[in-house]
This record gives sequence, structure tokens and C-alpha cells, in this order.
Amino acid sequence: MLDAVRCLVARDLLLALRRKSDVGTALLFFVIVASLFPLGIGAEPNLLRAVAPGVIWVAALLSSMLSLRRMFEADHADGTLEQMALGAAPLGVVVAAKALAHWLVAGLPLVVIAPVLALQYDVSPSLYGVLALSLLLGTPVLSLVGGIGAALTLGLRGGGVLLSLLVLPLCVPVLIMGAGSVEMAAAGLGASGQLLLLAAMLVGAAAAAPWAIAAALRISLE
Amino acid sequence: MLEAAELRCERGGRTLFSGLAFTLGSGALLRIAGPNGRGKTSLLRILCGLLEPAAGEVRWKGAPIRELREEFARQLVYLGHAPAVKDDLTAAENLSIACRLSGFPATEKSIHAALETLGVPPQALVKKLSQGQRRRSALARLVLSESVPLWLLDEPLAALDAAAAALVTGLVAEHVRRGGMAAFTTHQEAGFAGVPVSVLDLDAFDA
Repeated sequence: MLDAVRCLVARDLLLALRRKSDVGTALLFFVIVASLFPLGIGAEPNLLRAVAPGVIWVAALLSSMLSLRRMFEADHADGTLEQMALGAAPLGVVVAAKALAHWLVAGLPLVVIAPVLALQYDVSPSLYGVLALSLLLGTPVLSLVGGIGAALTLGLRGGGVLLSLLVLPLCVPVLIMGAGSVEMAAAGLGASGQLLLLAAMLVGAAAAAPWAIAAALRISLE
Repeated sequence: MLEAAELRCERGGRTLFSGLAFTLGSGALLRIAGPNGRGKTSLLRILCGLLEPAAGEVRWKGAPIRELREEFARQLVYLGHAPAVKDDLTAAENLSIACRLSGFPATEKSIHAALETLGVPPQALVKKLSQGQRRRSALARLVLSESVPLWLLDEPLAALDAAAAALVTGLVAEHVRRGGMAAFTTHQEAGFAGVPVSVLDLDAFDA
């Protein structure tokens, strides 16, 4: 079973490596959206500092929506998904591996690059750690919850917009806690409450989402 | 032994077949026949558990496959219409991953040998291969699936030239002689080196 997980994660990373443009677009989108706000709002350091956590988190959310569609689409189109459903490992385990690979490719780069973007907002360097940590805990939840939407909208025409409409409202708690943690830290209060709640969401999503995704995929495969 | 009991299949509000029943024992080869849109692919998908029948059930050694799930999946190879190979991987990488996911990891040497049997260059990226070669690289899995008892093949001979078709029918015949079982759909009449083929005509189960 673990071999199937290792095999799939390695496969998806290899595929991402051979198709760098797919990975690059979502990341570039994140950078551009997060850079548009300072340009649009103007050089108002106090205002920029105040909106930074929210803007960066919303940009991360939108960027992860962009890459969600790809989680199962290619595998569905070329028949690999059927083979996964007929594999030796339970489908729930297989999709957990897919979600992990998706996060490594689409989520982890956001965590790494967010502090650099925070520079544009004149965010105090002492907050970089909290910002990165909140994204580190929050982006896997986006991949897992988004996976449910990706599985449900598989094979639908215009599924991309529907996917965002389905998933974005579900991601609101993550956004509130993620951006909130940075704001709390900026105000000098501890961010641990929000971060712990994010961690709890991650644990909950990791436990439940793979089975929900597997059930949705079985429906899509029929 | 694979048993189908009173299967009914509905697609898009239309009943494709009903009351379909058969058993496939060790060493049996079954051809599922019928014109386009008759439900051949749907039947194969029901048999491997990808599709729920509207009524009836499929049993493997007496137990419903719905309950066996992965345990049943390990006993079968299903090759569908889509070749299930990734454009950006080489033929060898694709085959190695397919084998690992199905729970039968194969050595690099045997993978290369299997692909060479089918005449596919192992190190070529699949996107550089022709349609027929893609098909061949998917069918190479059969060479490595000797120990898997049940083969379900959807149009295994489509897009293949005469030489490759002969190779594939040879593999299937050998598998059946070993005591394996296989069900397949095809439009072409094909010989299986003297192995008797029973035919299931879906027109007979018209609803």
C-alpha cells in the first residue's frame, strides 16, 4: 500500500518536472495577483501592512483553484484513473497520494515564496514565520478539500468555474484562520490559537477528504 | 471463477441488456459480441467493478465483487479503450508504474523484455509513439500478468497491425491454456491458436 503511495507521488512529481509550464503558471498567477494590490492601492505603508495577510491568503486561495482541475483531469482522460480504481491499494489511499503530490507541486511553492511577496507590503520580517507557517498548515487543506470538488466536477464541460464555486465557500474558514493568524501576530497577540485551529482543520481534512474524494471519483467513473 | 447473475445495465435512461448471466471458469475464453452501442464496454466495466449494474451482481469465486474490492482487483487485469499511458513518461516508466499500482512490481529487465516483445522502444517518450505503438505499450502489461487469473480486454486488437494482433491473440491463448480466464470484445474475427472461444451475443439479452 505504501509502495503505491510512493509510486504515485514520485510519478506525479516526475510528470510535473517534465511539464514545468503547468506548475509555473499557477505560481506566476500567485505572484502577479499579490503584486497587483500594492500597485493598485499605492504607496501607503500602513494600509498595505494592514491588508497584506488577507491579500496574500486570497491570492494563494485563487492560485490553488487554478491548479485543482489538473489533479484528476489528465488521469481521467487517458484512462489511468480507471487503473488506479482497479489497483491493489484502496482508492482512498491512492487519492491521498494524489493530493499530497498536488500539494507538493502547487502548495509548497506558495509557502516558500509568500515571505518574498510580503516584502512588497512592508510586512515586518518577524511575521514571515507566522505567514509561512499558516500557509504550510492551510494549503494542504485547500488541496484536500479542493480534491473533492475536482473529483465531483470531473469530465464536466465548464467544470473549472463550477469547481471554484463549489470549493471557494468551503475554504472560507481556512482563509479566516490563515489571514487571522498573521493579523494576530502583527497586533502583538499570540497566533497560536489560529494556527492550532488550522492544524486541526488539516488533521480533519486529511482523515476525511480522501474517502470523500474516492466516493466522488467512483461516481465520476461510472 | 467469475459469475455474472441476472445483470441489467442502464445507460442514459436506456436499458442496454437485462437478465444477462454466464459463468467463466478456469481455462475459458469468452468473446463479447454485439454491434456498437450494445453495451460491450459497459459489460466489461461491470465485470471489473467500475460500473454498478442496475440489477444483479458479479461474483468472484462465489463472493460478490462489491465486497471483495481490492482483493478482486488484484486478481484481474483490465485494459480499456484508453491505453492508460502518460504522454510525458517513457514506455518503460509507464509499464513499471502500472505494474506497481496493480500490486505486481516487475524488474526493470522484465519490463524492457516485455516492451521489446511487443516491439516498443522502452526508452521512448510515449508522446513520440504512434497510436498503434501506444496500444502495444499498454498491451505489454499482459506479458507481465501471467500470474493474474482474469484478463478483461476491451477491443485489444483495435489499432494493431496483423503482426501485433497475432502476438496478442497468442498471449491470450497461452494464458487460457495455462488455466487463466479471459473475456474480450472485438469486431474482428480472430483465431486463438486452437483455443475454443465461446461467444456471448448481447443481442440475445436485448431488453
